[in-house]
Amino acid sequence: MTGKEIRLHGRGGQGAVMAAKMLASAFAIEGKSVASFPMYGFERRGMPVVAFTRFDEKPILEKTQIYTPDLLMVVDPTLLAISTLFDGLKTGGVLILNSNKPFTTRPSANLAKVGRIDATSVAMEEIGRDIPNTCLIGALAATTGWVSLESVLKGLSEYLEGSMLEKNIRNATRGYKEVEVQSWDS
Amino acid sequence: MNAPIAKSTKVITGNAAAAYAAMLCRPDVVSAYPITPQSELVEQLAKFHADGVLDCEYVTVEGENSAQNVVCGASMAGARAFTATSSYGLVYMYDAMFNTAGYRAPVVMVNVNREPPGIHAVCSGQQDMISVRDTGWVQLIASNCQEILDLTIQAFRLAEDYDIQLPVIVNYDGYYLSFLAEAVNIPADNEVDGFLKVLETQPERPKLTPGQAQGCGSHGIGLGYVELRRKHMDAMERVKAKVDDIDTEFAKAFGRSYGGQVEEYKTEDAEIVLVTSGSAAGTARAVVDAKREAGMKVGLVRLRLYRPFPVQRLAECLKGKKAIGVLDRSIAFGWNCGPLYQEVKAITPEIGIVPMLSFIDGLANMDITKEHIGSMIDNIQSAARGESYEEVTWLP
Repeated sequence: MTGKEIRLHGRGGQGAVMAAKMLASAFAIEGKSVASFPMYGFERRGMPVVAFTRFDEKPILEKTQIYTPDLLMVVDPTLLAISTLFDGLKTGGVLILNSNKPFTTRPSANLAKVGRIDATSVAMEEIGRDIPNTCLIGALAATTGWVSLESVLKGLSEYLEGSMLEKNIRNATRGYKEVEVQSWDS
Repeated sequence: MNAPIAKSTKVITGNAAAAYAAMLCRPDVVSAYPITPQSELVEQLAKFHADGVLDCEYVTVEGENSAQNVVCGASMAGARAFTATSSYGLVYMYDAMFNTAGYRAPVVMVNVNREPPGIHAVCSGQQDMISVRDTGWVQLIASNCQEILDLTIQAFRLAEDYDIQLPVIVNYDGYYLSFLAEAVNIPADNEVDGFLKVLETQPERPKLTPGQAQGCGSHGIGLGYVELRRKHMDAMERVKAKVDDIDTEFAKAFGRSYGGQVEEYKTEDAEIVLVTSGSAAGTARAVVDAKREAGMKVGLVRLRLYRPFPVQRLAECLKGKKAIGVLDRSIAFGWNCGPLYQEVKAITPEIGIVPMLSFIDGLANMDITKEHIGSMIDNIQSAARGESYEEVTWLP
């Protein structure tokens, strides 16, 4: 597998930045080179946040933002309304989406696959707060097969401990098992 | 005594890498004030301290000016002292930085590069580093998370060396490096102890001792002032060779070498060269590889030492090249170009007159993309062919 570029869209406080790092850890556990960073201005809860994760077999030299992602992760469903959301998405691109509504029409010609789950509801049940990030990481693993659930869960333990770790392991595992995949032919 | 730290590889941010490095060097005193995009570093060190992992005097202060004065005083009393800041915080300690340097107190400070006040940009940019150029501090620049850790350890080795005794800043780009998570090799504490052990074999540096009447930095009128300035300047010049030596020592101990004062990439047979520093150098390396595949003889020179300016090493790298470009993430008011460009241009007598091009990019978090660097290299190439060129180009 060649390297992949992932762009995450969320809002301050939902854990998009943390999700980007947790993903990097999961890929690193599988021996990949990784790089992940967020881009935002003033830190404020609720402000749109973009984060980036790269993984590759070879060393990652570039320290740039991601303009042509292989995969988009949308942590907050209201961000689907951003007109530039799908900008640069590669042909055959994947979307991992927190939403309770399936698409009735294909939102972007380059989009081949959507892994959709109502991650907010899952997070409310498992964590008791709207932190859908780890559920979506599980959904990514199931939808793409780029990384194993085992590595995802192991990655979580680098950031969380105690009951929060347990809750997020359940959150990610449910994302992995309950994600609904919708595909379009190219 | 710190809790034992075993060797490990972790996916951590540049800020966390700096915090690990500072802890591994066993500072006696840490005093710092949080500021974006550095806050995580200070929080991490405070957590290490609160958790009992880092055994030091952790002095919380109301601002950066006090932080600098605390570490300066501690250092003069013989402590190993560390602080970290960025942008507004750096300029808020401006007067105190002159003291620390003037007293020859070997403090180590991380500065996470961010645009300074004026246009309120909580964004990456090297203007803060440029604005404290002449305070008498040594300044180093890292380009990835591993180097942030390694260079911070090297900074303690350099600052406290008996031949140097100068404060050292480790700079790295805000956002693009401070928040970047990469896999970082964290050495064991005893490996770092071993690397710094040489300092214990050197003569003890002068320190203020209670009960002993001593003066430091209080007066230096006329010739006394000149003498101290000359000695400071001489120590600054000795930094250059010392940085190269420490890079070699570090490679022996940890297996990683960065080239000392500057890192060269494919410069040997290069006809044209791009000079830059910091995170942009990683991207530039990828672009140089692509341009090489397309048959262009281009090389890259990365500045790791900003003060003192590595005049002689740079001249060796750049002599005989057909055209030279310099990429700055800041501006030199009054010179209508980038500050690093201005300084590279000043070594023209050493390298001869060839086309030189200044590129200004990456201000206020603007992304220095592969496309931007590709166009810079194309511009340098056409200048080398004798075509007309703009001396200064702002991107995007």
